[in-house]
Amino acid sequence: MIVSVASGKGGTGKTLVATSLALSLSDNYKVQLLDCDVEEPNANILLHLAVNQSQPVYIPIPKVDETKCTYCGKCAEVCAYNGIAVLKEKVLVFPELCHGCGACSYLCPESTITEEGREMGVVERGDSGNLELIQGKINVGEAMAPPVIREVKKYIDPANIVIIDVPPGTSCPVVETVKGSDFCLLVTEPTPFGLNDLSLAVEVVRKLGMPCGVVINRVGIGGEEVERYCHREEIAILMRIPLDRKIAMFYSKGIPLVEGMPRWREDFLKLFQDIKDIIAASWVVK
Amino acid sequence: MKEVVVLSGKGGTGKTSIVASFASLAQSKVLVDCDVDAADLHLLLKPKVKEEKEFWSGRVAFIDEDKCTECGLCQELCRFGAIKDFKVDPLSCEGCGFCYQVCPVDAIAMKDSMSGHSFISETKYGYLCHARLGIAQENSGKLVALVRQNAKLIAERENLDYIITDGPPGIGCPVISSLSGASLALLVTEPTLSGIHDLERVIGVCRHFGVPVLVCVNKYDLNEENTCRIESYCGNEGIEVSARIPFDNVITEAIVQGLPVVEYSNNKVTQQIKELWQIIPAKLEK
Repeated sequence: MIVSVASGKGGTGKTLVATSLALSLSDNYKVQLLDCDVEEPNANILLHLAVNQSQPVYIPIPKVDETKCTYCGKCAEVCAYNGIAVLKEKVLVFPELCHGCGACSYLCPESTITEEGREMGVVERGDSGNLELIQGKINVGEAMAPPVIREVKKYIDPANIVIIDVPPGTSCPVVETVKGSDFCLLVTEPTPFGLNDLSLAVEVVRKLGMPCGVVINRVGIGGEEVERYCHREEIAILMRIPLDRKIAMFYSKGIPLVEGMPRWREDFLKLFQDIKDIIAASWVVK
Repeated sequence: MKEVVVLSGKGGTGKTSIVASFASLAQSKVLVDCDVDAADLHLLLKPKVKEEKEFWSGRVAFIDEDKCTECGLCQELCRFGAIKDFKVDPLSCEGCGFCYQVCPVDAIAMKDSMSGHSFISETKYGYLCHARLGIAQENSGKLVALVRQNAKLIAERENLDYIITDGPPGIGCPVISSLSGASLALLVTEPTLSGIHDLERVIGVCRHFGVPVLVCVNKYDLNEENTCRIESYCGNEGIEVSARIPFDNVITEAIVQGLPVVEYSNNKVTQQIKELWQIIPAKLEK
Protein backbone atom coordinates (compact mmCIF):
# COMPACT_ATOMS: atom_id res chain seq x y z
CA MET A 1 0.00 0.00 0.00
CA ILE A 2 1.39 3.35 -1.06
CA VAL A 3 0.43 6.59 0.69
CA SER A 4 1.75 9.91 -0.64
CA VAL A 5 1.98 12.87 1.73
CA ALA A 6 1.63 16.06 -0.31
CA SER A 7 0.55 19.66 0.20
CA GLY A 8 0.78 22.17 -2.63
CA LYS A 9 2.17 24.79 -0.28
CA GLY A 10 5.62 24.26 1.17
CA GLY A 11 6.27 24.23 4.88
CA THR A 12 2.87 22.96 5.99
CA GLY A 13 4.23 19.88 7.72
CA LYS A 14 4.47 17.12 5.08
CA THR A 15 7.75 15.80 6.43
CA LEU A 16 6.53 16.01 10.01
CA VAL A 17 3.47 13.93 9.13
CA ALA A 18 5.28 11.47 6.84
CA THR A 19 8.01 10.70 9.37
CA SER A 20 5.66 10.35 12.34
CA LEU A 21 3.30 8.13 10.35
CA ALA A 22 6.19 5.91 9.21
CA LEU A 23 7.69 5.67 12.70
CA SER A 24 4.34 4.84 14.34
CA LEU A 25 3.65 2.07 11.82
CA SER A 26 7.15 0.63 11.96
CA ASP A 27 6.47 -0.73 15.47
CA ASN A 28 4.36 -3.44 13.84
CA TYR A 29 4.88 -3.35 10.09
CA LYS A 30 7.64 -3.19 7.54
CA VAL A 31 7.61 0.42 6.33
CA GLN A 32 9.44 2.17 3.52
CA LEU A 33 9.66 5.94 3.66
CA LEU A 34 10.52 7.47 0.28
CA ASP A 35 11.74 11.06 0.33
CA CYS A 36 10.89 12.26 -3.18
CA ASP A 37 11.44 15.94 -2.37
CA VAL A 38 14.73 15.51 -4.18
CA GLU A 39 15.43 19.24 -4.34
CA GLU A 40 15.30 19.59 -0.58
CA PRO A 41 15.05 16.15 1.09
CA ASN A 42 14.47 16.56 4.83
CA ALA A 43 12.97 13.31 6.12
CA ASN A 44 16.27 11.94 7.36
CA ILE A 45 16.90 15.13 9.33
CA LEU A 46 14.14 13.75 11.57
CA LEU A 47 14.86 10.02 11.19
CA HIS A 48 18.66 10.11 11.65
CA LEU A 49 19.20 6.81 9.84
CA ALA A 50 22.71 5.90 8.78
CA VAL A 51 22.93 5.84 4.99
CA ASN A 52 24.42 2.47 4.07
CA GLN A 53 23.93 2.51 0.33
CA SER A 54 24.37 5.29 -2.18
CA GLN A 55 23.67 4.99 -5.89
CA PRO A 56 24.40 7.81 -8.33
CA VAL A 57 21.63 8.71 -10.78
CA TYR A 58 22.70 9.12 -14.37
CA ILE A 59 20.79 10.58 -17.26
CA PRO A 60 21.84 9.22 -20.66
CA ILE A 61 23.16 12.00 -22.88
CA PRO A 62 24.38 11.72 -26.46
CA LYS A 63 28.02 11.23 -27.33
CA VAL A 64 28.78 11.91 -30.97
CA ASP A 65 31.61 10.16 -32.76
CA GLU A 66 32.59 12.99 -35.08
CA THR A 67 34.96 10.78 -37.08
CA LYS A 68 31.85 9.14 -38.57
CA CYS A 69 29.41 12.09 -38.39
CA THR A 70 28.22 13.53 -41.72
CA TYR A 71 26.68 16.60 -40.04
CA CYS A 72 23.35 15.76 -41.61
CA GLY A 73 21.49 17.48 -38.76
CA LYS A 74 18.98 14.70 -38.08
CA CYS A 75 19.80 14.60 -34.35
CA ALA A 76 19.18 18.33 -33.90
CA GLU A 77 15.97 18.07 -35.91
CA VAL A 78 14.48 15.34 -33.70
CA CYS A 79 15.56 16.81 -30.36
CA ALA A 80 12.54 18.48 -28.74
CA TYR A 81 14.63 20.25 -26.12
CA ASN A 82 17.27 21.99 -28.30
CA GLY A 83 19.80 19.81 -26.53
CA ILE A 84 21.91 19.22 -29.60
CA ALA A 85 22.99 21.60 -32.37
CA VAL A 86 24.74 20.74 -35.62
CA LEU A 87 27.03 23.34 -37.14
CA LYS A 88 28.89 23.05 -40.41
CA GLU A 89 31.56 20.74 -39.07
CA LYS A 90 30.80 20.52 -35.38
CA VAL A 91 28.10 18.99 -33.18
CA LEU A 92 27.34 20.72 -29.90
CA VAL A 93 25.60 18.87 -27.07
CA PHE A 94 24.01 20.85 -24.22
CA PRO A 95 23.88 18.25 -21.44
CA GLU A 96 21.67 20.21 -19.03
CA LEU A 97 18.92 20.53 -21.67
CA CYS A 98 18.89 16.81 -22.49
CA HIS A 99 16.00 14.77 -21.06
CA GLY A 100 17.65 11.50 -22.06
CA CYS A 101 14.85 10.40 -24.38
CA GLY A 102 17.26 8.59 -26.71
CA ALA A 103 15.73 9.81 -29.98
CA CYS A 104 18.98 11.26 -31.39
CA SER A 105 21.05 8.12 -30.94
CA TYR A 106 18.33 5.82 -32.27
CA LEU A 107 17.57 7.97 -35.30
CA CYS A 108 21.11 8.91 -36.35
CA PRO A 109 21.38 7.49 -39.90
CA GLU A 110 25.13 6.85 -39.52
CA SER A 111 24.81 5.34 -36.02
CA THR A 112 27.47 7.73 -34.77
CA ILE A 113 25.68 8.62 -31.55
CA THR A 114 26.10 6.50 -28.43
CA GLU A 115 24.98 7.49 -24.97
CA GLU A 116 26.94 8.19 -21.84
CA GLY A 117 25.66 8.75 -18.34
CA ARG A 118 25.72 12.21 -16.83
CA GLU A 119 25.48 12.13 -13.05
CA MET A 120 22.73 14.44 -11.85
CA GLY A 121 21.87 13.17 -8.41
CA VAL A 122 21.97 10.32 -5.99
CA VAL A 123 19.64 7.83 -4.31
CA GLU A 124 20.55 6.89 -0.76
CA ARG A 125 19.21 4.07 1.40
CA GLY A 126 19.31 3.38 5.09
CA ASP A 127 17.33 1.30 7.55
CA SER A 128 16.72 0.57 11.18
CA GLY A 129 14.48 -2.25 12.39
CA ASN A 130 11.30 -2.28 10.36
CA LEU A 131 11.90 1.14 8.82
CA GLU A 132 13.69 1.67 5.53
CA LEU A 133 14.43 5.13 4.14
CA ILE A 134 15.10 5.82 0.47
CA GLN A 135 15.92 9.42 -0.37
CA GLY A 136 16.80 11.11 -3.63
CA LYS A 137 18.88 14.25 -4.04
CA ILE A 138 19.51 16.23 -7.19
CA ASN A 139 22.92 17.82 -7.44
CA VAL A 140 23.01 21.56 -6.73
CA GLY A 141 22.54 23.42 -10.03
CA GLU A 142 20.49 20.64 -11.65
CA ALA A 143 17.04 21.60 -12.91
CA MET A 144 15.28 18.28 -13.46
CA ALA A 145 13.87 16.40 -10.49
CA PRO A 146 11.79 13.66 -12.23
CA PRO A 147 14.70 11.38 -13.27
CA VAL A 148 15.83 11.14 -9.63
CA ILE A 149 12.26 10.69 -8.40
CA ARG A 150 11.81 7.78 -10.83
CA GLU A 151 14.95 6.12 -9.44
CA VAL A 152 13.75 6.52 -5.84
CA LYS A 153 10.42 4.93 -6.73
CA LYS A 154 12.14 1.87 -8.22
CA TYR A 155 12.90 0.82 -4.63
CA ILE A 156 9.21 0.45 -3.79
CA ASP A 157 8.39 -3.03 -2.50
CA PRO A 158 4.61 -3.40 -2.57
CA ALA A 159 4.77 -5.95 0.25
CA ASN A 160 5.57 -3.05 2.60
CA ILE A 161 3.63 -0.03 3.71
CA VAL A 162 5.13 2.74 1.61
CA ILE A 163 4.94 6.36 2.76
CA ILE A 164 6.11 9.00 0.26
CA ASP A 165 7.20 12.51 1.21
CA VAL A 166 6.17 14.56 -1.85
CA PRO A 167 7.77 17.82 -3.02
CA PRO A 168 5.68 21.02 -2.74
CA GLY A 169 3.80 22.48 -5.71
CA THR A 170 1.50 21.01 -8.36
CA SER A 171 3.77 20.51 -11.38
CA CYS A 172 5.73 17.61 -12.92
CA PRO A 173 7.80 16.55 -9.87
CA VAL A 174 4.60 16.23 -7.81
CA VAL A 175 2.80 14.20 -10.48
CA GLU A 176 5.84 11.97 -11.01
CA THR A 177 5.92 11.29 -7.27
CA VAL A 178 2.22 10.82 -6.52
CA LYS A 179 1.12 8.75 -9.53
CA GLY A 180 0.74 5.10 -8.67
CA SER A 181 -0.14 5.76 -5.02
CA ASP A 182 -3.24 4.26 -3.42
CA PHE A 183 -3.96 7.36 -1.39
CA CYS A 184 -2.82 10.95 -1.11
CA LEU A 185 -2.73 12.62 2.27
CA LEU A 186 -2.80 16.41 1.91
CA VAL A 187 -1.24 18.47 4.68
CA THR A 188 -2.39 22.07 4.94
CA GLU A 189 -2.73 24.95 7.37
CA PRO A 190 -5.84 27.02 8.13
CA THR A 191 -4.74 30.17 6.30
CA PRO A 192 -5.73 31.62 2.91
CA PHE A 193 -2.35 30.43 1.54
CA GLY A 194 -2.95 26.94 2.88
CA LEU A 195 -6.45 26.87 1.42
CA ASN A 196 -5.42 28.18 -2.00
CA ASP A 197 -2.62 25.64 -2.36
CA LEU A 198 -4.75 22.82 -0.91
CA SER A 199 -7.40 23.39 -3.56
CA LEU A 200 -4.71 23.18 -6.27
CA ALA A 201 -3.33 19.97 -4.74
CA VAL A 202 -6.83 18.49 -4.66
CA GLU A 203 -7.11 19.17 -8.39
CA VAL A 204 -3.87 17.24 -8.98
CA VAL A 205 -5.10 14.31 -6.90
CA ARG A 206 -8.44 14.26 -8.71
CA LYS A 207 -6.67 14.33 -12.05
CA LEU A 208 -4.67 11.32 -10.93
CA GLY A 209 -7.90 9.67 -9.77
CA MET A 210 -7.04 8.53 -6.27
CA PRO A 211 -8.74 8.99 -2.90
CA CYS A 212 -7.43 11.69 -0.57
CA GLY A 213 -7.81 13.07 2.92
CA VAL A 214 -6.58 16.15 4.75
CA VAL A 215 -4.41 16.86 7.77
CA ILE A 216 -4.76 20.40 9.09
CA ASN A 217 -1.62 21.56 10.84
CA ARG A 218 -1.28 24.60 13.14
CA VAL A 219 -4.95 24.59 14.05
CA GLY A 220 -5.79 27.53 16.27
CA ILE A 221 -4.53 30.28 14.06
CA GLY A 222 -6.27 31.36 10.90
CA GLY A 223 -9.89 30.62 10.19
CA GLU A 224 -12.50 28.03 9.38
CA GLU A 225 -12.23 28.31 5.61
CA VAL A 226 -10.19 25.12 5.14
CA GLU A 227 -12.73 23.16 7.21
CA ARG A 228 -15.57 24.58 5.16
CA TYR A 229 -13.78 23.83 1.91
CA CYS A 230 -13.19 20.17 2.90
CA HIS A 231 -16.80 19.81 3.95
CA ARG A 232 -18.03 21.27 0.66
CA GLU A 233 -15.71 19.08 -1.41
CA GLU A 234 -16.50 16.00 0.69
CA ILE A 235 -12.89 15.46 1.67
CA ALA A 236 -12.33 13.84 5.05
CA ILE A 237 -10.28 15.75 7.61
CA LEU A 238 -8.30 12.93 9.17
CA MET A 239 -6.16 14.76 11.68
CA ARG A 240 -5.78 18.17 13.27
CA ILE A 241 -2.43 19.19 14.75
CA PRO A 242 -2.65 22.27 16.96
CA LEU A 243 -0.48 25.36 16.67
CA ASP A 244 1.92 24.58 19.48
CA ARG A 245 5.32 26.12 19.92
CA LYS A 246 6.51 22.90 21.53
CA ILE A 247 5.77 20.94 18.33
CA ALA A 248 7.63 23.54 16.26
CA MET A 249 10.52 23.39 18.74
CA PHE A 250 10.84 19.59 18.42
CA TYR A 251 10.77 19.91 14.64
CA SER A 252 13.45 22.60 14.72
CA LYS A 253 15.75 20.21 16.57
CA GLY A 254 15.08 17.33 14.23
CA ILE A 255 12.94 15.38 16.72
CA PRO A 256 9.93 13.60 15.18
CA LEU A 257 6.59 14.52 16.71
CA VAL A 258 5.89 10.95 17.88
CA GLU A 259 9.21 10.86 19.71
CA GLY A 260 8.94 14.29 21.30
CA MET A 261 5.30 13.69 22.24
CA PRO A 262 4.73 9.89 22.20
CA ARG A 263 1.00 10.21 22.84
CA TRP A 264 0.68 11.18 19.14
CA ARG A 265 1.63 7.63 18.11
CA GLU A 266 -1.92 6.46 18.66
CA ASP A 267 -3.30 9.33 16.60
CA PHE A 268 -1.06 8.36 13.69
CA LEU A 269 -2.13 4.70 13.92
CA LYS A 270 -5.74 5.86 13.86
CA LEU A 271 -4.91 8.06 10.87
CA PHE A 272 -3.55 5.03 9.06
CA GLN A 273 -6.65 2.98 9.87
CA ASP A 274 -8.82 5.79 8.48
CA ILE A 275 -6.73 5.88 5.31
CA LYS A 276 -7.15 2.11 4.87
CA ASP A 277 -10.91 2.44 5.35
CA ILE A 278 -11.15 5.20 2.72
CA ILE A 279 -9.11 3.16 0.24
CA ALA A 280 -11.33 0.11 0.84
CA ALA A 281 -14.47 2.22 0.39
CA SER A 282 -13.12 3.65 -2.88
CA TRP A 283 -12.59 0.11 -4.20
CA VAL A 284 -16.21 -0.69 -3.43
CA VAL A 285 -17.29 2.38 -5.40
CA LYS A 286 -15.08 1.34 -8.33
CA MET B 1 16.81 48.58 -12.81
CA LYS B 2 17.70 45.91 -10.21
CA GLU B 3 16.05 42.61 -9.58
CA VAL B 4 15.74 41.10 -6.09
CA VAL B 5 14.51 37.53 -5.91
CA VAL B 6 13.32 36.07 -2.61
CA LEU B 7 14.09 32.36 -2.19
CA SER B 8 14.34 29.91 0.67
CA GLY B 9 14.95 26.32 -0.40
CA LYS B 10 12.47 25.11 2.19
CA GLY B 11 8.85 26.12 1.69
CA GLY B 12 6.78 28.00 4.23
CA THR B 13 9.58 30.11 5.70
CA GLY B 14 7.85 33.42 4.96
CA LYS B 15 8.93 34.46 1.44
CA THR B 16 5.50 35.72 0.39
CA SER B 17 4.91 37.69 3.61
CA ILE B 18 8.23 39.45 3.11
CA VAL B 19 7.65 40.18 -0.57
CA ALA B 20 4.18 41.59 0.15
CA SER B 21 5.74 43.82 2.81
CA PHE B 22 8.39 45.01 0.36
CA ALA B 23 5.53 45.78 -2.04
CA SER B 24 4.15 48.10 0.58
CA LEU B 25 7.51 49.65 1.51
CA ALA B 26 9.30 50.05 -1.82
CA GLN B 27 8.75 52.87 -4.29
CA SER B 28 9.22 52.50 -8.02
CA LYS B 29 8.96 48.77 -8.51
CA VAL B 30 7.20 45.96 -10.30
CA LEU B 31 6.26 42.82 -8.39
CA VAL B 32 6.61 39.29 -9.68
CA ASP B 33 5.32 35.96 -8.43
CA CYS B 34 7.56 33.22 -9.83
CA ASP B 35 5.92 30.48 -7.76
CA VAL B 36 3.79 29.64 -10.76
CA ASP B 37 2.45 26.30 -9.56
CA ALA B 38 1.32 27.39 -6.09
CA ALA B 39 1.16 31.18 -6.29
CA ASP B 40 -0.02 33.03 -3.17
CA LEU B 41 1.23 36.61 -3.49
CA HIS B 42 -1.99 37.68 -5.23
CA LEU B 43 -3.93 36.80 -2.06
CA LEU B 44 -2.22 39.71 -0.31
CA LEU B 45 -1.82 42.17 -3.18
CA LYS B 46 -5.35 41.76 -4.59
CA PRO B 47 -4.52 42.34 -8.24
CA LYS B 48 -6.86 43.51 -10.96
CA VAL B 49 -5.91 41.51 -14.03
CA LYS B 50 -5.24 43.81 -17.00
CA GLU B 51 -3.81 41.31 -19.42
CA GLU B 52 -4.20 37.55 -19.51
CA LYS B 53 -2.42 35.31 -21.98
CA GLU B 54 -2.55 31.62 -22.63
CA PHE B 55 0.77 29.88 -22.16
CA TRP B 56 1.32 27.26 -24.81
CA SER B 57 4.38 25.22 -24.20
CA GLY B 58 5.50 21.72 -24.81
CA ARG B 59 3.79 19.01 -26.76
CA VAL B 60 2.08 15.76 -25.94
CA ALA B 61 1.96 12.66 -28.14
CA PHE B 62 -1.38 11.40 -29.36
CA ILE B 63 -1.99 8.03 -31.01
CA ASP B 64 -4.64 7.74 -33.70
CA GLU B 65 -6.33 4.41 -32.92
CA ASP B 66 -7.56 3.98 -36.48
CA LYS B 67 -4.06 4.12 -37.93
CA CYS B 68 -2.24 2.28 -35.12
CA THR B 69 -1.25 -1.30 -36.01
CA GLU B 70 -0.25 -2.04 -32.41
CA CYS B 71 3.31 -2.93 -33.43
CA GLY B 72 4.49 -1.78 -30.01
CA LEU B 73 7.63 0.06 -31.15
CA CYS B 74 6.64 3.32 -29.45
CA GLN B 75 5.95 1.56 -26.19
CA GLU B 76 9.25 -0.22 -26.30
CA LEU B 77 11.24 2.95 -27.01
CA CYS B 78 9.50 5.45 -24.70
CA ARG B 79 11.78 6.00 -21.73
CA PHE B 80 9.16 7.81 -19.69
CA GLY B 81 6.75 4.88 -19.50
CA ALA B 82 4.14 7.14 -21.07
CA ILE B 83 2.63 4.63 -23.52
CA LYS B 84 0.62 1.68 -22.28
CA ASP B 85 -1.81 -0.43 -24.29
CA PHE B 86 -1.19 1.83 -27.31
CA LYS B 87 -2.43 4.89 -25.47
CA VAL B 88 -0.43 7.87 -24.28
CA ASP B 89 -0.67 8.97 -20.67
CA PRO B 90 -0.41 12.75 -21.08
CA LEU B 91 0.75 13.13 -17.47
CA SER B 92 3.79 10.95 -18.14
CA CYS B 93 4.58 12.16 -21.66
CA GLU B 94 7.57 14.52 -21.69
CA GLY B 95 6.90 15.61 -25.26
CA CYS B 96 10.18 14.33 -26.69
CA GLY B 97 8.50 13.17 -29.90
CA PHE B 98 10.59 9.99 -30.15
CA CYS B 99 7.44 7.91 -30.70
CA TYR B 100 6.20 10.32 -33.35
CA GLN B 101 9.53 10.04 -35.19
CA VAL B 102 9.64 6.25 -35.21
CA CYS B 103 6.03 5.22 -35.76
CA PRO B 104 6.14 3.16 -38.99
CA VAL B 105 2.55 4.06 -39.97
CA ASP B 106 2.52 7.72 -38.90
CA ALA B 107 -0.20 7.08 -36.36
CA ILE B 108 1.28 9.45 -33.79
CA ALA B 109 0.84 13.21 -33.76
CA MET B 110 2.41 15.72 -31.41
CA LYS B 111 -0.16 18.17 -30.14
CA ASP B 112 0.63 21.51 -28.56
CA SER B 113 -0.52 21.74 -24.99
CA MET B 114 -1.82 24.77 -23.20
CA SER B 115 0.02 24.60 -19.95
CA GLY B 116 -1.12 27.71 -18.12
CA HIS B 117 -1.87 31.41 -18.13
CA SER B 118 0.27 34.48 -17.53
CA PHE B 119 -1.11 37.71 -16.13
CA ILE B 120 -0.13 41.35 -15.94
CA SER B 121 -2.12 43.02 -13.19
CA GLU B 122 -2.41 46.28 -11.38
CA THR B 123 -2.38 46.46 -7.61
CA LYS B 124 -2.38 49.42 -5.26
CA TYR B 125 1.35 48.80 -4.95
CA GLY B 126 2.07 48.87 -8.66
CA TYR B 127 2.20 46.23 -11.37
CA LEU B 128 2.21 42.54 -10.55
CA CYS B 129 3.36 39.95 -13.08
CA HIS B 130 2.16 36.48 -12.22
CA ALA B 131 0.96 33.23 -13.72
CA ARG B 132 -0.90 30.05 -13.11
CA LEU B 133 0.61 26.83 -14.36
CA GLY B 134 -2.05 24.34 -15.36
CA ILE B 135 -2.57 21.52 -12.91
CA ALA B 136 0.06 18.82 -13.29
CA GLN B 137 1.84 20.62 -16.14
CA GLU B 138 5.48 20.76 -17.12
CA ASN B 139 7.60 23.67 -18.22
CA SER B 140 7.25 25.73 -15.08
CA GLY B 141 10.74 27.08 -15.84
CA LYS B 142 9.61 28.53 -19.17
CA LEU B 143 6.55 30.13 -17.59
CA VAL B 144 8.76 31.66 -14.91
CA ALA B 145 11.02 33.07 -17.63
CA LEU B 146 7.99 34.56 -19.36
CA VAL B 147 6.71 36.20 -16.17
CA ARG B 148 10.14 37.70 -15.51
CA GLN B 149 10.33 38.95 -19.07
CA ASN B 150 6.94 40.66 -18.66
CA ALA B 151 8.23 42.37 -15.53
CA LYS B 152 11.43 43.52 -17.23
CA LEU B 153 9.51 45.11 -20.08
CA ILE B 154 7.26 46.98 -17.65
CA ALA B 155 10.20 48.11 -15.53
CA GLU B 156 11.98 49.42 -18.62
CA ARG B 157 8.90 51.08 -20.06
CA GLU B 158 7.95 52.78 -16.81
CA ASN B 159 11.54 53.43 -15.80
CA LEU B 160 11.15 51.62 -12.48
CA ASP B 161 14.04 51.01 -10.08
CA TYR B 162 13.24 47.53 -8.77
CA ILE B 163 11.84 44.18 -9.73
CA ILE B 164 10.87 42.33 -6.55
CA THR B 165 10.26 38.64 -7.05
CA ASP B 166 8.61 36.03 -4.86
CA GLY B 167 10.41 32.81 -5.75
CA PRO B 168 9.35 29.17 -5.62
CA PRO B 169 10.58 26.68 -3.00
CA GLY B 170 13.23 24.10 -3.83
CA ILE B 171 16.37 24.39 -5.93
CA GLY B 172 15.24 22.90 -9.27
CA CYS B 173 13.97 24.14 -12.59
CA PRO B 174 11.64 27.02 -11.57
CA VAL B 175 14.14 28.27 -8.98
CA ILE B 176 16.97 28.31 -11.50
CA SER B 177 14.70 30.10 -13.93
CA SER B 178 13.76 32.70 -11.27
CA LEU B 179 17.35 33.26 -10.28
CA SER B 180 19.55 33.40 -13.35
CA GLY B 181 20.72 36.93 -14.03
CA ALA B 182 19.07 38.47 -10.94
CA SER B 183 20.93 41.22 -9.06
CA LEU B 184 20.45 39.79 -5.58
CA ALA B 185 18.87 36.79 -3.88
CA LEU B 186 17.36 37.32 -0.46
CA LEU B 187 17.20 33.93 1.25
CA VAL B 188 14.56 33.60 3.95
CA THR B 189 15.29 30.75 6.32
CA GLU B 190 14.10 29.48 9.68
CA PRO B 191 16.12 28.08 12.58
CA THR B 192 15.12 24.45 12.06
CA LEU B 193 17.55 21.75 10.97
CA SER B 194 15.56 21.41 7.73
CA GLY B 195 15.69 25.16 7.17
CA ILE B 196 19.47 25.15 7.59
CA HIS B 197 19.97 22.13 5.31
CA ASP B 198 17.81 23.69 2.61
CA LEU B 199 19.49 27.09 2.99
CA GLU B 200 22.89 25.53 2.34
CA ARG B 201 21.62 23.98 -0.89
CA VAL B 202 19.98 27.16 -2.14
CA ILE B 203 23.15 29.12 -1.37
CA GLY B 204 24.93 26.56 -3.55
CA VAL B 205 22.52 27.24 -6.41
CA CYS B 206 22.97 31.03 -6.08
CA ARG B 207 26.75 30.58 -6.20
CA HIS B 208 26.44 28.27 -9.17
CA PHE B 209 24.64 31.02 -11.07
CA GLY B 210 26.80 33.84 -9.68
CA VAL B 211 24.01 35.71 -7.87
CA PRO B 212 25.00 37.50 -4.62
CA VAL B 213 23.00 36.54 -1.53
CA LEU B 214 21.69 38.06 1.67
CA VAL B 215 20.11 35.96 4.42
CA CYS B 216 17.18 36.70 6.69
CA VAL B 217 16.23 34.42 9.60
CA ASN B 218 12.49 34.26 10.22
CA LYS B 219 11.12 32.91 13.54
CA TYR B 220 14.67 33.35 14.88
CA ASP B 221 13.65 32.90 18.53
CA LEU B 222 11.99 29.52 17.87
CA ASN B 223 15.44 28.03 18.36
CA GLU B 224 18.18 30.57 19.07
CA GLU B 225 20.87 27.92 19.11
CA ASN B 226 20.01 27.10 15.49
CA THR B 227 19.87 30.81 14.63
CA CYS B 228 23.44 31.10 15.92
CA ARG B 229 24.42 28.11 13.78
CA ILE B 230 22.97 29.85 10.72
CA GLU B 231 24.84 33.04 11.56
CA SER B 232 28.13 31.30 12.10
CA TYR B 233 27.68 29.23 8.93
CA CYS B 234 26.91 32.38 6.94
CA GLY B 235 29.82 34.20 8.62
CA ASN B 236 32.21 31.47 7.50
CA GLU B 237 30.81 31.65 3.99
CA GLY B 238 31.16 35.45 3.89
CA ILE B 239 27.39 35.95 3.73
CA GLU B 240 25.59 38.65 5.66
CA VAL B 241 22.60 37.81 7.87
CA SER B 242 20.65 41.04 7.56
CA ALA B 243 17.55 40.46 9.65
CA ARG B 244 16.22 38.39 12.52
CA ILE B 245 12.46 38.30 12.52
CA PRO B 246 10.81 37.00 15.70
CA PHE B 247 8.33 34.11 15.81
CA ASP B 248 5.05 35.97 16.03
CA ASN B 249 1.48 35.15 15.11
CA VAL B 250 1.02 38.58 13.49
CA ILE B 251 2.51 37.17 10.28
CA THR B 252 -0.26 34.58 10.03
CA GLU B 253 -2.91 37.04 11.25
CA ALA B 254 -1.93 39.44 8.47
CA ILE B 255 -2.29 36.64 5.90
CA VAL B 256 -5.76 35.87 7.24
CA GLN B 257 -6.63 39.56 6.94
CA GLY B 258 -5.20 39.61 3.41
CA LEU B 259 -2.67 42.33 4.22
CA PRO B 260 1.12 42.72 4.06
CA VAL B 261 2.27 42.30 7.66
CA VAL B 262 3.86 45.77 7.72
CA GLU B 263 0.38 47.23 7.20
CA TYR B 264 -1.22 44.99 9.79
CA SER B 265 1.03 45.53 12.77
CA ASN B 266 3.74 47.84 13.96
CA ASN B 267 5.63 45.49 16.23
CA LYS B 268 9.12 44.00 16.06
CA VAL B 269 8.30 41.92 12.97
CA THR B 270 7.41 45.02 11.00
CA GLN B 271 10.45 46.92 12.24
CA GLN B 272 12.77 44.12 11.17
CA ILE B 273 11.22 43.90 7.72
CA LYS B 274 11.44 47.69 7.32
CA GLU B 275 15.10 47.65 8.31
CA LEU B 276 15.71 44.79 5.91
CA TRP B 277 14.23 46.72 3.01
CA GLN B 278 16.36 49.75 3.91
CA ILE B 279 19.52 47.67 3.62
CA ILE B 280 18.71 46.23 0.21
CA PRO B 281 19.15 49.29 -2.06
CA ALA B 282 22.71 49.74 -0.79
CA LYS B 283 23.46 46.06 -1.48
CA LEU B 284 22.13 46.47 -4.99
CA GLU B 285 24.40 49.42 -5.74
CA LYS B 286 27.51 47.28 -5.16
